[in-house]
Amino acid sequence: MISLFRVAASLTRPNIHRILSASYALSAEQKTRLDSMVNKEKLVVFMKGTPEEPRCGFSRAVMEILRFHGVDQNKFVTYNILEDEDTRQGIKEYSNWPTIPQVYMNGEFVGGCDIMIDMHKNGELIEELQNIGIRSSLLDDPEKKV
Amino acid sequence: MNTVLRSAARRAATRVGRPKRRTYAPYTGNRKLNTTEMEHPVETSIRKKLIENFQPVHLDVINESFMHSVPKGSESHFKVIVVSNKFDKVPLIKRHRLVNDVLKEELQSSIHALSIFAKTPAQWSTSQTVSKSPPCQGGAGL
Repeated sequence: MISLFRVAASLTRPNIHRILSASYALSAEQKTRLDSMVNKEKLVVFMKGTPEEPRCGFSRAVMEILRFHGVDQNKFVTYNILEDEDTRQGIKEYSNWPTIPQVYMNGEFVGGCDIMIDMHKNGELIEELQNIGIRSSLLDDPEKKV
Repeated sequence: MNTVLRSAARRAATRVGRPKRRTYAPYTGNRKLNTTEMEHPVETSIRKKLIENFQPVHLDVINESFMHSVPKGSESHFKVIVVSNKFDKVPLIKRHRLVNDVLKEELQSSIHALSIFAKTPAQWSTSQTVSKSPPCQGGAGL
């Protein structure tokens, strides 16, 4: 019984993080800045760490998928949000997507890690890459298992 | 004899004076809520909200926090598997947005990472495999 009350209390108790993050809204300058960031290349990834040294398993998975499709590193741009708090919060508001990594193609939000894995598995990623002028190496190497 | 009568009267009085309070556990699908779950308020609330909003035919809420560099017993990293008719003809990204939206409060306050598998019952019946979450790279809480 006591634990029930404790749970109820902890669920209703305002929490400092919630207060801090709830009131975040993008300013016009931030919006313009993010607009140009997502359009920097046809393929843009906001991630934790760098392609060489990802700091999060989900970010690493996205890099591995791109590598698996033979996407050259000069074909896409990544932003390390761990080094840029403004972008870290801003991009979540911008795409209305709460988590990192975030992948953009032609300036449009495509999804996070789960969606990239899904698109990779069902073959859609090959098409999506083709749409932005990147030829997946899987097309040339049918031996490679998807 | 007297004692029996007296104790019966006392029982009756108790019933009248203090009606027994009933507590109802929140509906959690076909699983019973146990003490362990009550001590996991985030997991409990995720489960409750997903059930309320999607009436899933299958639901898994997996706390994967132990895989990451967070204190023991944390409720920071979750994987949810939601199989619902409500995802019928809804594109994947939209399904994710629906789930994110339902768990908005948790995402803002306590969830650090959320992996979502949102399937229709038809998809679920053909394949029940869910990819393993990637290992932590030490960036949690950074």
